[in-house]
Amino acid sequence: MSSYLKSVDTDWYKQRLSGAMLWAMAGFFLLFTRFFYLQIIEGEEFKRLSENNCIRLQTIDPPRGLIFDAKGRLLVDNRPSFDLGIVARDARFLEQTLAKLAEYIQESPEALMEKIRSSKGVPSHKPVILKSDIDRDLLAVVEVHKFELPGVEVIVRPVRNYAFGSNAVHLIGYVGQINAAELKTERYAGYNPGDLIGKCGVESVYERFLRGKAGGRQIEVNATGRVVRVLKTLNARSGHNVYLSIDQNLQEKAESLLAGQAGAVVAMDPRNGRILALTSSPSFDPNSFVTGMSRADWETLVSDANHPLENKAIQGEYPPASTFKIITAMAGLEEGVITEHTKIFCNGVYRLGNRDFRCWKKGGHGWMSVVDALAESCDVFFYEVGQRLGVDRIARYAKACGLGAKTEIGLEHEGAGLIPTSEWKKQRYGVGWQRGETLSVAIGQGFNLTTPLQMLTVAAAVANDGQLVKPYVVDAVEAGDGTRVYEAAEHSAGRMPASENTLAIIQKGLWKVVNGNRGTARIARIEGIHVSGKTGTAQVVSRKGSDSFRKIETRKHLKSHAWFITYAPSENPVIAVSVIVEHGEHGSSAAAPIARDVVAAYLGKNQPVDDAALDNEVR
Amino acid sequence: MFDRRLLQNFEWRLLALCFTLGVLGLIALYSAVSAGSPAPQTALFYKQLVWFGIGAVLMILAFALNYKILDKLANFIYVGCIAMLGAVLVMGKYAGGSRRWLLLGPVSVQPSELIKLVLIIVLARYYSKLTKTNGYTLRELIFPAFAVLLPCALIVKQPDLGTAMLLILIAGSVTLFVKIERRSFWILISGATVLAPLVWFFLKGYQKQRILTFLDPDRDPLGAGYHIIQSKIAIGSGMLTGKGFQHGTQNVLSFLPEHHTDFIFSVFAEEWGFAGSVVLLAGFMILIIWGLSIAYRCRDPFGVILSFGITAMIFWQAFINMGMVMGLMPVVGVPLPLISYGGSSVVTNMISIGLLMNISMRRYMFDS
Repeated sequence: MSSYLKSVDTDWYKQRLSGAMLWAMAGFFLLFTRFFYLQIIEGEEFKRLSENNCIRLQTIDPPRGLIFDAKGRLLVDNRPSFDLGIVARDARFLEQTLAKLAEYIQESPEALMEKIRSSKGVPSHKPVILKSDIDRDLLAVVEVHKFELPGVEVIVRPVRNYAFGSNAVHLIGYVGQINAAELKTERYAGYNPGDLIGKCGVESVYERFLRGKAGGRQIEVNATGRVVRVLKTLNARSGHNVYLSIDQNLQEKAESLLAGQAGAVVAMDPRNGRILALTSSPSFDPNSFVTGMSRADWETLVSDANHPLENKAIQGEYPPASTFKIITAMAGLEEGVITEHTKIFCNGVYRLGNRDFRCWKKGGHGWMSVVDALAESCDVFFYEVGQRLGVDRIARYAKACGLGAKTEIGLEHEGAGLIPTSEWKKQRYGVGWQRGETLSVAIGQGFNLTTPLQMLTVAAAVANDGQLVKPYVVDAVEAGDGTRVYEAAEHSAGRMPASENTLAIIQKGLWKVVNGNRGTARIARIEGIHVSGKTGTAQVVSRKGSDSFRKIETRKHLKSHAWFITYAPSENPVIAVSVIVEHGEHGSSAAAPIARDVVAAYLGKNQPVDDAALDNEVR
Repeated sequence: MFDRRLLQNFEWRLLALCFTLGVLGLIALYSAVSAGSPAPQTALFYKQLVWFGIGAVLMILAFALNYKILDKLANFIYVGCIAMLGAVLVMGKYAGGSRRWLLLGPVSVQPSELIKLVLIIVLARYYSKLTKTNGYTLRELIFPAFAVLLPCALIVKQPDLGTAMLLILIAGSVTLFVKIERRSFWILISGATVLAPLVWFFLKGYQKQRILTFLDPDRDPLGAGYHIIQSKIAIGSGMLTGKGFQHGTQNVLSFLPEHHTDFIFSVFAEEWGFAGSVVLLAGFMILIIWGLSIAYRCRDPFGVILSFGITAMIFWQAFINMGMVMGLMPVVGVPLPLISYGGSSVVTNMISIGLLMNISMRRYMFDS
């Protein structure tokens, strides 16, 4: 039967077309009957339903997921907020209803009217919020007079409750209303105007877990907007619960230690990167964002010179100062420009060309080995090492230790810091690298910038025999029924480019910083535990001029930033801490005691060694 | 090349019908975007006017040149259109939950609209080269299957399930029209029945949900289910004569989603009632009959299949769209030809109608 024809007879197509025509007509007939059914037979009923736009949709907000600390203590939950709203088209007549309402809630009717006018975008079948978060007395008044107030409704919605106020606010973040720009992004597909979203911190990063899924009701209402019946309900699914890695007790301790100063404290388990505490000071109360903040309060918050909104632990970029000597020492030892036994004489001044670079200790340190130079933070020793290395070799080691790049802690707006190279300077400034600048870089000044978190990972890696870890702040996310939907996994971030021997030398140096007779941080000793660490004092003054080490510390904002990074116990470290105190002057006096107390609290030792009649010329 | 017979055979009535539908669409659109809503979007109305202008120019082009050149260009056009669909996934504009638009300078085009027509041209070329009366075997259907599934896959990725289904419907109609060999037909049917549960088994939870909601809007009482109820109320409350121009209430209160695109028919039916609806329905019916009769009178297989395919495309879009707003069909993003807002849709449909005219005008001409 199979036959290929050069051209099919057109009659054959005609026959097929007639068949197609019948099918099409059947389709149109189906549509026609449906029109007839909807518009003629059921028309009256639909007309009635359309009259008052009776069928409406009420959304049911899902309770947002809770946030706990590592030990299961509840840090963030939800509470009901009662909002007073009015559906303008149901409030017949609007002026009369508003006048009555104004009397009951003691507000001026004009103010209420203004609220309705300014809510242009809200469709007239949706309530305009007149007053949010009303108290129970007011609620009772409104409920009692409900029948004189057509169109007025009380809307209950869950709002965020930060149980510990400003506690860990930079880590946890806060929620706020989604804005127009955010609504347009792919990330917030399916969100509606007015929805609350996490605005920063864990609240934002874990938004998709915390949010849950909104439910809703199809309802039929009568002419005054009262619900006649519920047609369909879709329950909301509450958000998943997030378990942070932080320990609330340690967090509180860190916050109290930093209170009244600007700076940051971060503590981490060096073995796996779990963040144990993360605080930035000054802070703010996230609850004030929940109920809506006045413009004036907001202005004060953003214009504060100490930047309370900034998370200094991960966003703050500071010169690492002497804490950077760990890197310089490592590079020197690995590149073979020094050994453990190399001695360099410090007479207090290092001369390069016709310029003098001073050591912080006026008289000089005398003959220094690398271990002593770390312990006493001798600048001249590291000037010489830096000079032997050159800037690019230092930079290579710094970058291999994770500096100059984000740690990927999993929080937004993390700073990457800056590790300068000669090529970078050429591109950035168009001029070549100056030899003197290498000296500044070698002691962590100059163009170097790091975040407290980055220096924490350096301390942790030294503690960890060179193993770098990626820090993280969330242990797990659990659904309401207890199933784990996310679990933190340890991520190795590579190894420090250092041999065991090199690390042992550095570890010895850091041990001596705290425990040596002339160590710069003897103040950080704790009874019964060996602590290791490194101090740093970051110059704030911009040093464009040649002799830039003059101390200008008369005015507060020109005082140096104080650094201390530490780990303990030295033999078998379980905690690493990084502290920066802005304008705290000396790492030893301002930052080290804070770090010491955090370590002591974590290890359950509340007795710092109290022979703190320590020499004060340390830095 | 311009012959007096071309002018004699020009489809003035088809042009008039197309114009009438366009005007009805603009009336509905004006009402949809302007009436009483808190933020009128009348700019959309003028944008649509511009698109009609562009469509008219392209329509003239579509009937001025002999449609047989499409036979030669088919593959190039197809490849170009597939490339655009691929580009959409990579750098398309994201809006309202999916990525469908490609930004070309100041205009954004929707390649998934253009591919509807392009696919018809490719199929017409393939089937007309290999004409048979006892139907195509499975082996001969491999190429058409590939030609339709490739764009479908790209469109599902956007995601736009509705347009992908529409492509399959159009290709299926064309293929059934040219006939599938009996045994192959039954193998296909039984294969599909066996495969469907298997595919279902491998789908992820959310994908199953999406398909179930697609088939039964009531499963989504806050989204599609609610839209259907509002749409039915809008249409039904129009009753016999409608509420009058710009007097629709469902539209005004923005109860209707997408009221200027996919749900524009609800706006129209509410304001013009059963009378208006029947007029519009009749308009589409005449358009379909006209299309089929052009195919009927054409004597060149390529022309027959092309005109049939175009007619099928217009039919399915109109049928699915009206069926959807009346709650007979799943809620899918299928526009109503010439009525719904959307430049790519308007232009594609006008070019298509231009091609119908083209085929009709040249039905007496044999040049090869």
